[in-house]
Amino acid sequence: MAKVIKLLSGNEALALGAYHAGVRVAAAYPGTPSTEILESLARFKDIYAEWSTNEKVAMEVALGASYAGARSLVSMKHVGLNVASDPFMAASTTGVNAGMVVISADDPGIHSSQNEQDNRYYAKLAKVPMLEPSDSQEAYELMAYAFDISERFDTPVLVRTTTRISHSKSVVRVNRRRVAPVRQAGFQHDVEKYVMLPVYARLRRPLIEERLVRLADFAETFPLNQVLWGKHHLGVVTSGVAYQYAREVFPTASFLKLGMTYPLPQNLLRSFASQVDRMIVIEELAPFLQESIQAMGIKVTGKEFIPRIGELNSGIIERNSRTAGLLVETSARQTRIAPELPRRPPLLCPGCPHTGIFFVLSSIGRRLKLPGSKGKVPKEPKLIITGDIGCYTLGTYPPLCAMDTCACMGASIGQALGMEKAGIGDKVVAVIGDSTFLHAGITPLVNAVYNEGQITVIILDNRTTAMTGHQEHPGTGISAQGKETRAVELEQLVRGIGISDVKVVNAFDMKALRANVRSSIDSAELSVIIVRGACSVRVPKRTEPRTIDTEKCNQCGICLLIGCPAIQSENEQVYIDTALCVGDICTICQQLCPRQAIAPQSKIEVTKAP
Amino acid sequence: MKKLDILIAGVGGQGVILASDVMGEAALAAGYDIKKTDTLGMAQRGGSVVSHVRIAHRVWSPLSKEGEVDIIIAFEKLEAARWSHYLRPGAIAIVNNHALPPLSVNLGNERYPGDEEITNILRRWTDRIYFVNGTSRVRELGNIRTLNMFMLGCASLFLPLKVHIWKNTISQRVPSKIRQINIAAFNQGRKEIRNVHL
Repeated sequence: MAKVIKLLSGNEALALGAYHAGVRVAAAYPGTPSTEILESLARFKDIYAEWSTNEKVAMEVALGASYAGARSLVSMKHVGLNVASDPFMAASTTGVNAGMVVISADDPGIHSSQNEQDNRYYAKLAKVPMLEPSDSQEAYELMAYAFDISERFDTPVLVRTTTRISHSKSVVRVNRRRVAPVRQAGFQHDVEKYVMLPVYARLRRPLIEERLVRLADFAETFPLNQVLWGKHHLGVVTSGVAYQYAREVFPTASFLKLGMTYPLPQNLLRSFASQVDRMIVIEELAPFLQESIQAMGIKVTGKEFIPRIGELNSGIIERNSRTAGLLVETSARQTRIAPELPRRPPLLCPGCPHTGIFFVLSSIGRRLKLPGSKGKVPKEPKLIITGDIGCYTLGTYPPLCAMDTCACMGASIGQALGMEKAGIGDKVVAVIGDSTFLHAGITPLVNAVYNEGQITVIILDNRTTAMTGHQEHPGTGISAQGKETRAVELEQLVRGIGISDVKVVNAFDMKALRANVRSSIDSAELSVIIVRGACSVRVPKRTEPRTIDTEKCNQCGICLLIGCPAIQSENEQVYIDTALCVGDICTICQQLCPRQAIAPQSKIEVTKAP
Repeated sequence: MKKLDILIAGVGGQGVILASDVMGEAALAAGYDIKKTDTLGMAQRGGSVVSHVRIAHRVWSPLSKEGEVDIIIAFEKLEAARWSHYLRPGAIAIVNNHALPPLSVNLGNERYPGDEEITNILRRWTDRIYFVNGTSRVRELGNIRTLNMFMLGCASLFLPLKVHIWKNTISQRVPSKIRQINIAAFNQGRKEIRNVHL
């Protein structure tokens, strides 16, 4: 087959590699930086790909498919594996039938996550093999190995990437095509393998240890564990994107580049160590490799000078290696310091359906800070607002200041109940998006019903999983592969678990939002408000933008308090950027303006903005 | 050519990522090794976005090093200054002469730097600064969303890639309905940069 050369992201390469390796069932929940893996797989119409409600479900779907003879893949962001850790551990115990690959995309540097964690420890915890690509080419190639290893050793295989691998594009030589799966789907009844009653789980237990010993042996000659000889004064053990950085910083050193980072090839490491004067480990985040190598009695350093927090880059490795005496000072390079400039954090978009409800919560809770005023919020907040994971977490920032907590998917509801039960006097409101609610909000809401909570739960229903780039979910009724399916109705669902105070409010109707929030927080009953309005990025047609009538405007600044990026001020005059305003679907600023100075462009005599 | 490190900087929604994709694919079509990576925050719109594009015969790290970038293409003035510490001495800075004030500026909590300040920040590293009127030019062309192709047109004079490779790549990457106008914006950018004097 003629080679095809493509520029692919790590995620696209993983998907193509899995496709060529004969994957038949793929499942995921969106999460940065993993989302594009399933998105890419969903474009292949001869496989089954789904957005699952959450990562735990996705893992179980993949496991079931593997049991039934189909090569399966499940992908998620690092914290997704926390959610899916229960079936992940189970998969390690039962083993697989057809190959099963679990992709965890870590986020060193916390580009788009709630924490930083090193998921390599999950391989050690679950006693499963782990592969790590260092660019898109390897991401493509290692998927074939991953499925083979899974079947040969009867284990799920963890493929661990990081943001910089998943979201970097590099050249891929595509040298395979899809292998048509040979085996038919079919399930072999085998209680000792698949039914983990204690009696059978105990039978599986020693098999896991034996598997690890065989895997460690396999790692010694695994082709992606490569020694690249340079000069022998320095030997660098590394993996993943850290290899690319280290290669730049130490162009003449010898490298032991690990494509399989668990279990480790002991003999290979010993032999490498014995042939270099000094051995170091360059790895991102925790001293995962370093401590394992030290436990073998091999002398090695790494985290003594390489940071264990955040994302690495060549510059950091270079600076720290110089300080550690590994690099000779060649030139007195000027240290570069980023200039001090106004920051530009991400914002809720113009026409965002979350803006109105946050403005209402913020004003009822007296959290708003007037433009130009110093200090934090004017008074103690009157409402406690527990938050969740999504675009709406941006409501935390000024001017809205409408969030008190954000921990993990679905946490807002359980936290709200906990605060209420702790006995704080103020009303607690939980704010959660539609996709997040379906992911992990249903069980805590059932818990609040059962335990007689009096909280108000606001579901921000923008009909999509917006933050990760608009993926479908059970509430939209469209599958990952674009098929129309059954949509889960949120109001029916919450009524069905016994909540009677359920309101559905238009996200852009400020009066209705205020009235409904008021009545819910004044009530001593558990209540749900579904705030419904489509994500503005997905609204196809924009209508006539709003403009400010400068004759009527007295610069009170209230419209600036909604934090809309289209509303700007220059030389003491507030104006609306007509290229950004979405028009009729929103009109929140128009509804709020006390002097009726905001109207469609054509309704105002042209007194143009600066 | 030994290597070319390029930063494309802008604000979420300005088309930075498509621009760096096009540049990467054009470099690949011209036979170079290329790596590119985007650093962007959590949301769809409004935040700072920067793409690193590295072109050479062999590229290792996808991220450029501070002090080693050869060309910065900034779709917005403040963003040009923000990443200036990445520039090598004598680097080329192509800056769209357009301001998008962050919310903190609109709320009166921070101040948007003046043109002279921005120029001085860039001048710490280079004198080769080209201010172009991209936003107004593409508005005249009739589609503000072609700013990214306009800026690529400006930059194309400093990259060792043939014009037909750029245009082929753009044609492949944008939908047929808006192909013409994107190519027109690219051409306009090439014209514009020739008329800009230091």
